[in-house]
Amino acid sequence: MGAIAEGLRRVFELDSELWRIVLLSLEVSLSAVLLAALLGLPLAAALAVNRFPGRRGVIVTLNALMGLPPVVVGLLVYLLLSRAGPLGELGLLFTPGAMVVAQTILILPIIAALARQALEDAWREYDEQLRSLGARGMQAALTLLWDARFSLITAVLAGLGRAAAEVGAVMIVGGNIDGVTRVMTTAIALETSKGDLPLALGLGSVLIAIVLVLNSAAQLIKDAAQRRFG
Amino acid sequence: MGLICQTLLVLALAVPAHAQEKFITVASTTSTEQSGLFKHLLPVFERKTGIQVRVVAVGTGQALDIGRRGDADVVLVHAKPLEEKFMAEGHGVKRYDVMYNDFVLIGPRSDPAGVRGTKDVAAAFQRIRAARAPFVSRGDRSGTHFAELEIWKLAGIDIASDKGPWYRDTGQGMGPALNTAAAMNAYLLADRGTWLSFKNRGDLAIAVEGDKRLYNQYGVMLVNPARHAHVKKEMGQAFVDWLISAEGQRAIADYKINGEQLFFPNAGS
Amino acid sequence: MSASILPLTLDNISYSSNGQSIIDGISLAIEAGPSTIILGANGAGKSVLMRLMHGLVAPTTGRVRWNEPDAASLRRRQAMVFQRPVMLRRSALANVVYAMAVAGVPAAEREAQALTALDEVGLRQLAHRPARVLSGGEQQRLALARAWALHPEVLFLDEPTANLDPAAVREIETVIKAFDAAGTKIVMATHNLGQARRLGDEVIYLQAGRVMERAPIEQFFARPATADAAAFMKGELPWA
Repeated sequence: MGAIAEGLRRVFELDSELWRIVLLSLEVSLSAVLLAALLGLPLAAALAVNRFPGRRGVIVTLNALMGLPPVVVGLLVYLLLSRAGPLGELGLLFTPGAMVVAQTILILPIIAALARQALEDAWREYDEQLRSLGARGMQAALTLLWDARFSLITAVLAGLGRAAAEVGAVMIVGGNIDGVTRVMTTAIALETSKGDLPLALGLGSVLIAIVLVLNSAAQLIKDAAQRRFG
Repeated sequence: MGLICQTLLVLALAVPAHAQEKFITVASTTSTEQSGLFKHLLPVFERKTGIQVRVVAVGTGQALDIGRRGDADVVLVHAKPLEEKFMAEGHGVKRYDVMYNDFVLIGPRSDPAGVRGTKDVAAAFQRIRAARAPFVSRGDRSGTHFAELEIWKLAGIDIASDKGPWYRDTGQGMGPALNTAAAMNAYLLADRGTWLSFKNRGDLAIAVEGDKRLYNQYGVMLVNPARHAHVKKEMGQAFVDWLISAEGQRAIADYKINGEQLFFPNAGS
Repeated sequence: MSASILPLTLDNISYSSNGQSIIDGISLAIEAGPSTIILGANGAGKSVLMRLMHGLVAPTTGRVRWNEPDAASLRRRQAMVFQRPVMLRRSALANVVYAMAVAGVPAAEREAQALTALDEVGLRQLAHRPARVLSGGEQQRLALARAWALHPEVLFLDEPTANLDPAAVREIETVIKAFDAAGTKIVMATHNLGQARRLGDEVIYLQAGRVMERAPIEQFFARPATADAAAFMKGELPWA
């Protein structure tokens, strides 16, 4: 307990460096969530609404991919983005861009799988009515997506939580470069390996606090919206 | 739809990229970074040339591997046999000595193996083994770990088959290993830089230092642009040249913790 | 003004699901003009028959034929109101506008026509209220406005007042009568005998997936052709 207090004191001494680390963490994880949502939510809606051969298999695979180990994703993205790899030309390795790519891949299955479940439940309610009105295919899926938007907040939050908490992927593809690709989780890992546990604990407390704030804000939005829109 | 996705992807990547500045990527080791040397050294170079130096600090083996893949412009490590292998494979342009620091044998003040003050580290290791005094090893294939294994060899001890419960193979970084040694009151080979900044010393102090075999030589190499066309060869070479220049060497010597110098420049010697 | 999409002809249609036969060989024609009531006990197959006619499900055997070959045009000219209306999480007005957008009504005309439809059902003052917070009766009126905004030729209604209180039932029936008077063909499933009498001109009596009788309304009530229909009417208490 004393270590945490000591750690928090040390953390706030870091001042501008801490700011930079926190901001970068938020930039990377929020960018990844945005991208993963843009790609994953329509995918989830399409899966929820359409029936096609092999659909069961796709859903099972998507659910399984939720458990992708971050360090494995990091390794694979590293091999992709390395100069010796196929996408080396992009010069993304050891930049925040690579971290966004890795985290997007990591959380895309989470957002898509959880959203699909929520959307399938909602589809049971909307299916007949939308078809009766003549909405089908992509149009129906997008209408469903927008109408179920508040229940999708949970799926997006789950993705954000995973992104903000992971260290394996961003460490490998980012390189934990001071001032460039150092985020909260990699900073914590670094301080731990240096044996500076109070500072690591302090940073960890800040990270948890941020995630709590983000989740609370999202919950408040969800509640307010539900009261307003029904 | 596809174009929108592509645009968003590019935007999302560009936003945090802090793009297109003048920078080079240097692959180096964790102990070098954790000593704080780069925080002291790099701003001097950046002020002079306007080139940002981005250091990826990983284990020695991984740093050289990053160089092999062409993911860094310069490699700065402290494992001469491995560096020479790197050069032999054609991945580097030229290898320069830059500086050395040294390892120190840390031990409890009570000194159960009776090694304090001796100048012969191999003999000290023999005495530690004879006394079966607790000894903590990094065990993580780092530069420090290799140095420790070399000394066991010099002492004529086959540590792999000869270790007993007194030898703790922790597989940890320098900081955590020091923590373990402090908790167990054990002997440990550490680099001087980490020891100087280590706060949790407990009853530990320097037992043996100064033996030439404890010297840890650092080498710098520009990654070979003939093998990796995109290497920033002018900027990378500028960094290498600066490190071995009088100014760079002076900056290295200026780095001190609590008034103690950590690294000893020896380029061109 | 193109030809009417009616008559709707059912050619010996059957529908079964999970091995169970729900509709068993129905052939009939729905013509323009009189309001048609589909009557029957729970489980007789009224809802499924409505969905087969509206086109929400395909018959297992047999054909459903309209007098309109173009499917898109057909979709716009016949609409359905369900027992439980499903509204989108938007305002009442936006729900009606949505239906018009799906049907391809030009954007400039949508809002005006939607407001007119809301007027017809007496919901104008609730136009900007979130649809999902409206009461059951208001939502059902909104469903009617939504269906009617496109001026369909045929309006299917599947037990539209089964979940509503008497005051709301009256409101809905008023609206349905107005649509009928304006020329829309009404096809309504119900098990409320009083409602059938108030709104219908002819009755199709369904039992166990088969049409047992089809007759003008008064004839059916006075002299039901089957013993089962008679028993049905005795068992059902008509609401006043």
